[in-house]
Amino acid sequence: MSNFFNKSDLTRQDADKIVSETLKNCDDGELYLEESKSESILLDDNKIKSSNYSSDLGFGFRAISKEVVAYSYSNEISKDSLKNSSENLKSTLKSIKGIYNHEIPKTNKKFYEDINPIEQKTLDSKLEVLNKVNDFLRKKDGSVKQVTASFAGEQKSIEIIRSGGEALTDVRPLIRFNVSVMLEKNGRKETGVYGIGGRQSYDDYLKNDNWKNVCEEAFRIASVNLESKPAPAGEMKVVLGPGWPAILIHEAIGHGLEGDFNRKKTSAFHDLMGEKVASETVTIVDDGTIDNRRGSLTIDDEGTPTERTVLIENGILKNFMQDRHNARLMNTRSTGSGRRENYRHIVLPRMRNTMMLSGNQTQDEMIKSVDKGIFAVSFGGGQVDITSGKFVFNCTEAYEINNGKIGSPIKGATLIGDGPSILKEVSMVGNDMMLDPGIGTCGKAGQGVPVGVAQPSILIDKMTVGGTKL
Amino acid sequence: MIKDQEFLKSKASYCLDLAKKMGATDASVTVGHSISETVNFRNKSLEASDRSDGLALSIETYLGKRRSSISSSNLLDENIKTLIAKCFETTKITPEDEFNSLPDKNLLAKQISSLNLYDETRFENDKKIKYLKDLEESASSDNQIINTESSFTENKSNFILANSDGFCDGYKTSSFAASCVTVAKDENSMERDYEFSSKRHLSDIKQATDLGNKAAKQTIRKLSPKKIGSEKISIIFDRRISKGMLNAFASAISASAIARGTSFLKNKIDEQVFANSINVIDKPDIIKGMGSQNFDSEGVNSNTLQLIENGILKNYLVDTYNGKKLNLKSNGRSGGTTNLYFEKGSISYEDLMKKNSRSLYITETIGHGSNIVTGDYSVGATGFLVEDGEFKYPVNEITIAGNFKDMFKNIILANDLEFEYSVNSPTMMIEGMTVAGK
Repeated sequence: MSNFFNKSDLTRQDADKIVSETLKNCDDGELYLEESKSESILLDDNKIKSSNYSSDLGFGFRAISKEVVAYSYSNEISKDSLKNSSENLKSTLKSIKGIYNHEIPKTNKKFYEDINPIEQKTLDSKLEVLNKVNDFLRKKDGSVKQVTASFAGEQKSIEIIRSGGEALTDVRPLIRFNVSVMLEKNGRKETGVYGIGGRQSYDDYLKNDNWKNVCEEAFRIASVNLESKPAPAGEMKVVLGPGWPAILIHEAIGHGLEGDFNRKKTSAFHDLMGEKVASETVTIVDDGTIDNRRGSLTIDDEGTPTERTVLIENGILKNFMQDRHNARLMNTRSTGSGRRENYRHIVLPRMRNTMMLSGNQTQDEMIKSVDKGIFAVSFGGGQVDITSGKFVFNCTEAYEINNGKIGSPIKGATLIGDGPSILKEVSMVGNDMMLDPGIGTCGKAGQGVPVGVAQPSILIDKMTVGGTKL
Repeated sequence: MIKDQEFLKSKASYCLDLAKKMGATDASVTVGHSISETVNFRNKSLEASDRSDGLALSIETYLGKRRSSISSSNLLDENIKTLIAKCFETTKITPEDEFNSLPDKNLLAKQISSLNLYDETRFENDKKIKYLKDLEESASSDNQIINTESSFTENKSNFILANSDGFCDGYKTSSFAASCVTVAKDENSMERDYEFSSKRHLSDIKQATDLGNKAAKQTIRKLSPKKIGSEKISIIFDRRISKGMLNAFASAISASAIARGTSFLKNKIDEQVFANSINVIDKPDIIKGMGSQNFDSEGVNSNTLQLIENGILKNYLVDTYNGKKLNLKSNGRSGGTTNLYFEKGSISYEDLMKKNSRSLYITETIGHGSNIVTGDYSVGATGFLVEDGEFKYPVNEITIAGNFKDMFKNIILANDLEFEYSVNSPTMMIEGMTVAGK
């Protein structure tokens, strides 16, 4: 746990006093202190290409009155610096007076250990794993022309000080291990990428030579793509595999259910609360409480304990995801979804682990029911236009389906759909819900935060596939 | 106040001295300071104000051909000591890489000419508020506009780059940016669009009312879109999208992608990769240019590069490390392109619109559908169906797809190039791409 005050002329009492004094006429606000240590080690082109260590320390001071948010940050934790920020906030909110009135629920549950993953594995042994990955893949097959492997690790310590001196703390470990391989055969090049990670130590993810499985998976995806044919173009049935393809849920539905877009009425979902937005087989939750998951948080970045928020239950829209600011303005409660990339950024309502729960059908039944369509197993990234509801994502592994049978692999194509209507096109939900391998980062307003997704196999009756073959 | 050159230089030389003292054979350091203030408006009232003040330090230490790096925002001497020690310990156990080195001394920038990249004008928050009020007033004058969000950001930065070969230089830059996002609604649909202006000097920022009017107009015309069928059709890319083709091209010719063999443009120097009417230039010394620089992120002098000449690929974007791998000298592009643009074409915008009796005009794309390894391109798109040179109706929920290798060879450029951003392109037409819709 970081002590933010032992190397500064700012004492804990000074901080409490400045926070309470600055926020006394405000509706909400807090001082957020953060220290992060992170590393990234990259093997590329047969060599250790880079090893970087980074440490970052700073605070963000926020004051809110009615709808107005004033924010000031600095990476100098000192009495002067905090007083400067306080003056900045007061000058923005000079003509506005509100009432501070918020209680934070308490819980003792923690969803990960207070560890520093960087220190838990020596640099030598990290380099050894990366070199083994390189050798393993290059020896595996003559078509392997490029291998990239990387470790990224982080420990972030935060402290939130509220008006009145209440303080909340959290220590968050996060790691990621990634392998990318490029194959070349008969003049064609294709890549395959796979990664794993979460909020435990590197070795928790790498035990039993698990790095080999990561290599095999990256190699398998690249091999499939070497045989791929041009993708079809037009509307057709789409079967999505379980796990990571749930970024469809994240893009198509998740963002549209974030509190800010609904308070501002810019989300296509803002007037659909309590209405049927999906077929009855569909239940979607956003859960920050799963042990050691990438998107899990013991408390969010405003100090609210996270929870499992039911967004859509049996097809009915039940809840939006809220931070304190949007919750207060919408007259509801925070769902523990207030997140920020770091102290440089304001809090926004964000997703944690977004999951569609299992139904009772099998993937086989779905494939057999399709005359002409595609089976999408893995994706790169996605994006959504919140207002029009249109979203896309890019297939990195997909196959044709012809007459109920899986056919040839197809080239990476973009799929496009309409958020509010896509869930009504879900006609089968599988019994095989799977979590993603722990690799997702969600971008919003220039801020990236780690997230997770999960889903079973699903059948979508109609979606546009952006291939080149008419 | 933005920290001055002297303060940054003293930090940089403290770091270099320390690294040398610990035994590093070479080192390079960047120290930067940046202050930025943003005011946000929504529906004609103040929504947020945000002030940031940040120092940043990054150091690379070398032990012969071994190298590692650290970065931090904490510039206290005690912290710097700990970090450099950690960095150097890491360097010692990092394997050698024969291509690791500081840039060649004779390539380093020697004379720094002023490119007028810094405007010291302070635009007080009250003035930002006035600007945004005017902007949103004009953006919301049509009653189909149901939401407006706008922001004004002022940024001042200063930096010093220094290395153990004696390079030590840096300069101040500023930027001012105004943006507006509007949402329009009718009985069939809700649509969003935007407009923005970003400049080095405050006086060059677009008028608030022009920005607001334009955002509103562009949003309203998107209402009640239709989906079209799947077909081959010629596509016209609005200037805000056509410049994206240059970004894809730039990633494909970065020395790093070439050296790793992960680019569809590998080994294509002196070959035809674009239509023969196409010229692409990267010019670092445009006065007040958003991408202008005196030297690259390693201190290497950067000159104007003709990347494509009459459709033929002439240069990669080369940094020191990948240059050594490819046996090429750095051309000052560590950190990428500077002011990158297509030279303007010969056909007018109006004639381009009328070139085919039916075409698709794209104003926005979504998704990350550019594959630099294979050249495959597939993205979600929004735009307008054009018939006989006129917008007929808005179109959405479609994708457009092709392969850059073919697309680049079929580009036709209009003559409406403007230097607004760091990457600039005229309106562009590409024939024979596939649209997937109904």
